[in-house]
Amino acid sequence: MSAATGAPRTAGAPGTPVGPAAAGRRGVQLGPVGLAWRPRVLGYTVAAIVLALVLVVLGVAVGSTWIAPGTVVRALVGAEDGPQGFIVTTLRLPRVLTGALVGLVLGVAGALTQTVTRNPLGTPDIIGVTSGASVGAVAAIVLGGGTYSVSAVVLSGGIPVAATLGALVAAVAVYGLGWRGGVQSYRLVLVGIGVSATLDAVTSYLLVRAKITVATAASQWLVGSLSSTSWSTVWPLLVVAAVAVPIALATSAALGIGQLGDEVATGVGLAVQRHRLLVLALAVVLSAAAVAAAGPVGFVAFVVPQVALRLAGTNRPPLLLAGALGAVLVLGADLLARSAFPWQVPVGIVTTVVGAPYLIWLLVRHRKEMSR
Amino acid sequence: MTATTASRHDAEPDAGAPGTDTRGATAHRAGGDGGTGTVPPVLEARGLSVGYDRDPVLRDLDLRIERGSVTTFLGANGCGKSTLLKAFGRVLKPQAGEVLLDGVPIRKEPNRAVARRLAILPQTPVAPAGTSVLDLVMRGRNPHQSWARPWTADDAAVAEQAIAATGLTEVAHRDVASLSGGQRQRAWIALVVAQQADTLLLDEPTTYLDLAHQLDVLRLVRRLNREQGSTVVMVLHDLSLAARYSDRLVVLHDGGVVADGTPHEVLTPALLETAFGLHARVVPDPVTGAPMVVPEADEQD
Repeated sequence: MSAATGAPRTAGAPGTPVGPAAAGRRGVQLGPVGLAWRPRVLGYTVAAIVLALVLVVLGVAVGSTWIAPGTVVRALVGAEDGPQGFIVTTLRLPRVLTGALVGLVLGVAGALTQTVTRNPLGTPDIIGVTSGASVGAVAAIVLGGGTYSVSAVVLSGGIPVAATLGALVAAVAVYGLGWRGGVQSYRLVLVGIGVSATLDAVTSYLLVRAKITVATAASQWLVGSLSSTSWSTVWPLLVVAAVAVPIALATSAALGIGQLGDEVATGVGLAVQRHRLLVLALAVVLSAAAVAAAGPVGFVAFVVPQVALRLAGTNRPPLLLAGALGAVLVLGADLLARSAFPWQVPVGIVTTVVGAPYLIWLLVRHRKEMSR
Repeated sequence: MTATTASRHDAEPDAGAPGTDTRGATAHRAGGDGGTGTVPPVLEARGLSVGYDRDPVLRDLDLRIERGSVTTFLGANGCGKSTLLKAFGRVLKPQAGEVLLDGVPIRKEPNRAVARRLAILPQTPVAPAGTSVLDLVMRGRNPHQSWARPWTADDAAVAEQAIAATGLTEVAHRDVASLSGGQRQRAWIALVVAQQADTLLLDEPTTYLDLAHQLDVLRLVRRLNREQGSTVVMVLHDLSLAARYSDRLVVLHDGGVVADGTPHEVLTPALLETAFGLHARVVPDPVTGAPMVVPEADEQD
């Protein structure tokens, strides 16, 4: 007899339950293949995707003129000509798609960083992405000659490029400063907080010395908004999502190993530093794309993975579920922002108003869990 | 009692007789190759200096671990026994010198290939909430998987057997965090067992366990060694248990090895005084005859 010889007791086909330990729970059979195939995770993911699609149709339907959902669907599949088809595909769809993609990539990026830092507060913000992008964008607005209209600057391509550059430079700085023969998660979080605070001070300085009209324009960008989107906002985001999200999904098994801690992960053969660099790079690229498209949309990357984690009952946020829920949150928040108030509220304010109470609830609940 | 530099003046140990200590300890060859010198040891430290923040805990240390033996590192708190184990397990990078696995520098080999031959269990690892025993143990199969060969029924069977061998079948689907300390420690050991590596490095595998559970763990380790020829290197605190379940004891003190040999050779009152500052008698364990450490009385006793 032996504890761990290779001879399997039941050498059945993959998928057949092996022994009593695996009976009655198909999900564990597939194991490291991915969380997404566990029944509960799969169910919630499908539900979230359906909800996101419904919100896309609703988001296009709602506006200064109501367009019937049936007409929206016909227009989306290209079967609707005329003015309503134009409104759907040219005017409203880019905004709704941008919202969906921003939510998707922020949800995935947040799940990646929270898992790799083993910290629910470990959002892409802490790698400096948001504060770096903010400095870049605000500098472009303020130093860019005092343009009065944000949308004019945005459409010229200046702000997204400046924001992306700012985000990437800040992220590289945080990683570089956090490096000490390798990067430890807690060090990364601390360095990230320091770098973010410094960059936020630069942003404040730029705002203070700017003319009031320019500062107002910059402030609008800083709360995150979908109001100045077009197809040129959608494409870069779509390309980034199409490349980076599948790579992120492929790291799923490694994420599960990495969260056992560096020593255990190394022990079972994970190249820990390379893995961490890849995951952080993916998160930075994803969240930089989001912030370039819509500005810093608050709290999505923080809240959504935590919701996904609790719905799924897994030991880390399932990536696809987090992405789908991110799309739901941003689409829902934008719909609310456009329809529930007599004036347009930037989507970033709504996501924050939803997200901040959630943070507090999470902390209160956590304290209860601890004291139980 | 000079016990500070025993390991430093023999940077080039002879294949058969590395011990130059005053007690004349010789490395116990449990694997039985008799020190022919042709087969490289499973693990070897050469001129190893290792520590944290540029200040080495261990300096210029040479040590060889023979195949099929159970070796335990002993020493006072902070003597570097865990540090040495981490260096052997390539989770801590040496400041100087190198570690060889089967004669090849361990850091030059792909991490995954090393993980198929060498498993390490760190001290008190923590599993994230929501991790079941099965989730955890399955991770041990990682080094055997690749893009071309993902999770198979074989892997499931090995994981399941590892769970059975550690007596956790009943709780295989429970959250690791909800288990008792003894079960939790065994779940981590099951992960290492599922890895099916020939060499196991265990850092204080009996921490937080009551005596019965400590014995469970050490007996499991012994069984892996006897039945599968696993090479085991452990860090333990309990000297008498270490003596009972080890072929060889290596005592670390002041940056180097002060004693190295069989439990009977190593555990002497003089050594306990030197390495631990402990006044104690060594008497035969009435059950197995292994050396047992009994502290001397002082006025408080």
